[in-house]
Amino acid sequence: MRYLIIIVGAVLVNNFVLNRFLGCCPFLGVSKKTETAIGMSGAVVFVMTIAAAVTWLIDHYLLAPFGLGYIHTLAFILVIASLVQFIDIAMKRFMPPLHAALGIFLPLITTNCAVLGVAELNCKNGTPFFESVLFSFAAALGFGLALVIFSGIREKLALADPPRCFRGVALALVTGGLLSLAFMGFSGLVKMPY
Amino acid sequence: MSPLVIAVLIIAALGAVAALALAVADKYLAVKEDPRIGLVTAALPGANCGGCGFAGCGDYARALVAGTAAAGSCTAADAKVNEEIAQILGVAATATEKRVALVKCCGTRSEAIRVGDYNGLADCASAAATAGGDKGCRFGCLGYGACAHVCPQNAIRIEDGLAIVDKRLCVGCGKCVAACPRKLIALVPAKATIHVLCNNPLRGPEVIKVCGVGCMGCHLCEKHVGKESNQFTFDRFLAQINYANPPTDAALVDKCPRKCIREDHHFETGH
Repeated sequence: MRYLIIIVGAVLVNNFVLNRFLGCCPFLGVSKKTETAIGMSGAVVFVMTIAAAVTWLIDHYLLAPFGLGYIHTLAFILVIASLVQFIDIAMKRFMPPLHAALGIFLPLITTNCAVLGVAELNCKNGTPFFESVLFSFAAALGFGLALVIFSGIREKLALADPPRCFRGVALALVTGGLLSLAFMGFSGLVKMPY
Repeated sequence: MSPLVIAVLIIAALGAVAALALAVADKYLAVKEDPRIGLVTAALPGANCGGCGFAGCGDYARALVAGTAAAGSCTAADAKVNEEIAQILGVAATATEKRVALVKCCGTRSEAIRVGDYNGLADCASAAATAGGDKGCRFGCLGYGACAHVCPQNAIRIEDGLAIVDKRLCVGCGKCVAACPRKLIALVPAKATIHVLCNNPLRGPEVIKVCGVGCMGCHLCEKHVGKESNQFTFDRFLAQINYANPPTDAALVDKCPRKCIREDHHFETGH
């Protein structure tokens, strides 16, 4: 039950993009087509889950014993950036089809604030290993959900004829705001354990 | 040891380990690709338009090197590029004639009569499906930019209710040809300079009723160049350029009583 609450909490209640405003850059940048939005979501789920696991280990077994908790942001940036590069190389070698699908999105999220944000949150909340990874996975799913919904709306909006001053980014931001407003309806659905 | 030194050492060690891991991965996990793929990709125009039938230039280059694609399928490549690719692959160059899209309509808002007021989705297919669109002419350009939306080169713009192709940007991928619900965009040789900008095959009086610049099939253009020169063909009451043997006489533009024969510069940027 606790795990279910973590998942619902991360996907719907405290959605990363629409509630915490993390990862807004890909949210606006790659949301013009549903197809690319799905590719991006896949890459984010992949990277966020693995990054959370690795940063948790780094934090608990490398930084904490030396009392270096204050330096974790710097360490995380370093670790996540090289990890994504490593995944990119390894994926190209061992999983070419997956690389063809996610490859171009991987470098884009090397230092994505959602990826770094989830590591920071895990650190701040002091959650155990499995819960951290689960939370990160669910948070990435929430990011994907928001991205796919948003891109669907934007695809339809591309055919509309809005006033000139609203076209492009302005309308995208208004739409994002309304979507965030809609997700506010989930608040209070579950009580987050942390 | 002071905490400062420990912090520096730990971060430096982390960086060193990450760098080492990446270096090892780069060396031992690198995917061996045919070096010609990179060379061919670099030689191609890099428009990623998909005109060759592959998913972008890189994909086409891979197929070229593997020998599964015919050299010369790239519509955006000129003779020099084909020559270069042929040299890399060690095969004889096949020439492709550069072709560009042509919108066969010149019925601007002031010339073509609108029979209704359409304010639905700003999309040609949707407008065409709504009682045939707002334009009186059932064959002309609707001007909602379905072609401009799909153009990977941004070579098409809508001006005065009419799609206009910038010949210098167009790579001839043919996406607009497929996108147009009126089927009035065609790929024509880039070297042809004189075009009939009308797509309405109906008889004269019916064309005049809906458009100020529609072809009524008077054959004056054909008479000017001579029937035996075989530069024009006719589809019912519509003159068409025979692009296998296109006319070059600029005087044709003034001969057309309906002003729908135009010279190239009429649909280039900054005319």
